[in-house]
Amino acid sequence: MTLARTFAVALAGVTGSVVEVEADLSAGLPGLYFTGLADTAVMESRDRIRAAAANSGAQWPSSRRVTVALLPADVRKTGSRFDLAVALAVLACAGEIPADPVAGAVWIAELGLDGRLRPVRGVLPAVLAARAAGVRRVVVAAGNGTEAALVSEIDVRVAEGLRDILDWLRGDGPPLTAAQRSGETVVPAGTCDLADVAGQAQAKRAVEIAAAGAHHLFLVGSPGAGKTMLAERLPGLLPPLDDAAALEVTAVHSVAGRLGERAALIQQAPLQAPHHTASVASLVGGGSGTARPGAISLAHHGILFLDEAPEFPGRALDALRQPLESGVVVLHRSGGAVSFPARFLLVLAANPCPCGASARECICPPQARRRYLHRLSGPLLDRVDLRVQVDPVPHAELFDDGRRESSAIVARRVAEARAAAAARWRDTPWRTNGSVPGALLRSAPWALPRRALDPAERFLQRGQISARGLDRVLRLAWTVADLSGHEIPDEGDVAEALYFRTGAGERWAA
Amino acid sequence: MRVKDAVGRFGEELAVRHLEAQGMSIVCRNWRCSSGEIDVVARDGGALVFVEVKTRSTVLFGDPAEAVSPAKASRLRTLALRWLAAHPDGHYPSLRFDVVAVVRTGPSGPTVRHLKGAF
Repeated sequence: MTLARTFAVALAGVTGSVVEVEADLSAGLPGLYFTGLADTAVMESRDRIRAAAANSGAQWPSSRRVTVALLPADVRKTGSRFDLAVALAVLACAGEIPADPVAGAVWIAELGLDGRLRPVRGVLPAVLAARAAGVRRVVVAAGNGTEAALVSEIDVRVAEGLRDILDWLRGDGPPLTAAQRSGETVVPAGTCDLADVAGQAQAKRAVEIAAAGAHHLFLVGSPGAGKTMLAERLPGLLPPLDDAAALEVTAVHSVAGRLGERAALIQQAPLQAPHHTASVASLVGGGSGTARPGAISLAHHGILFLDEAPEFPGRALDALRQPLESGVVVLHRSGGAVSFPARFLLVLAANPCPCGASARECICPPQARRRYLHRLSGPLLDRVDLRVQVDPVPHAELFDDGRRESSAIVARRVAEARAAAAARWRDTPWRTNGSVPGALLRSAPWALPRRALDPAERFLQRGQISARGLDRVLRLAWTVADLSGHEIPDEGDVAEALYFRTGAGERWAA
Repeated sequence: MRVKDAVGRFGEELAVRHLEAQGMSIVCRNWRCSSGEIDVVARDGGALVFVEVKTRSTVLFGDPAEAVSPAKASRLRTLALRWLAAHPDGHYPSLRFDVVAVVRTGPSGPTVRHLKGAF
């Protein structure tokens, strides 16, 4: 046998593609030669896999010229994830191990010099890609076992070392063990509960509406008023992720290398709260070579919380605009474009002025305050439906009897409202009120009766909202109606929507 | 150093015997100039062959021929040109570079592997 083949998976973003690994022995100066757009990490595997094979009791064909082809040859291969597949292809073509079982599986692991199988990033999307390609068996490092086992309907095996695999292939050892799912099912959300927040009835209501309709939210208020507390409790109000969404989210976190050894499916909406010194690349994704997902992709199906939003660089904030619109972020590299999902609920928080003092102590001139909030660009704020003023809590409310609504109760209302919205929009591509375009809301059969629109009409006449602002109000009104169980929004629902659209100060009365 | 040199001498001796057994005639051995040394120059029919001999005691640290890196190959090409310049009288229709890999302690005595036209 001078030719052997097996399979591995290449990753671009969160999309995997099955790669055929061929090895051929020929005459010529001995050595291992790669073809097929392999990057430095793949090339370096030359030295790793040789040592790994020697230390696992296998005879490396060191007197022959070995050519390894990674096919299709025009797909870029990066990282150490090909080590195991390359090693097995070479050993199979050298006649060290039978070729058929080697060709019958996908192998994803990095090899240590001692022959140990080491975990790699992005195993979940890789196994998903293998299953989609009709592969029946995947072998991964033991450290990736729980993550790979999240994919059903495919035979996932784990091994500690190359020696285990060689023994099994030669029929000298026990079969590899099947990967087991982690016992821990849900990553705990933490212990924050909405009941911890004293007072702030308005802001709590806004958070509830944001959760119910997936409306982006802007909290303005002096320091210590509870903006961060409110935002941190938002994930607990969102319904648990369904299976498809949970897989998507877990795949992104896998590619980012954030799952760890005891990986479980992420079933709760994630919260990402990058610091305001975050670079554009860390926010939207990037990095040299293969792009890695940024905070907005890690917040996919969850919350992206930007505290002190005006302190973020303008470029970083404006980079959010396109993903806010499309739900994906496309990163262009010389090697091709990579896209990551990024459908997140944006929560911005800001002090009303740069000094950060409370409203009573602040002596900043009005211009300074205006300039500060003007750092948030119009097009960005335009995508934010809910604007709320978060005022410091009065003493009386701070020391109330502590009987406040818990997250569980609010989450139930949110779930019902979301179900109502999903049922209403079932014939459209949208599922939440926050994503429905305004034109649809103004057309039959969704246009509201004149009477319900009365309050909005008055605002329009006085020039306090624009036509575009009206679309936002309509969206909010539908969510308010869903929360109160109304079939269609009535006058009161529209009035509440208007309040939250125009609520946080005169600057946004547009 | 002495052990290493002795191994090399031993390997070259085996290599030359092997080349002669293949019907090649040795033109010169261990030709030196300021850029280095050519182990063996031989004739194989009409072709002039520059031979690099690599000897190892065991294969534990890899095959001897693996030690012929691209840098070494290009140095040998330069050396070949220097040799030809020093011997302007000959006429050689073709040139070839061979590597002979000698392992001193194989499973059944020393082994000699001849890579013709290695680079």
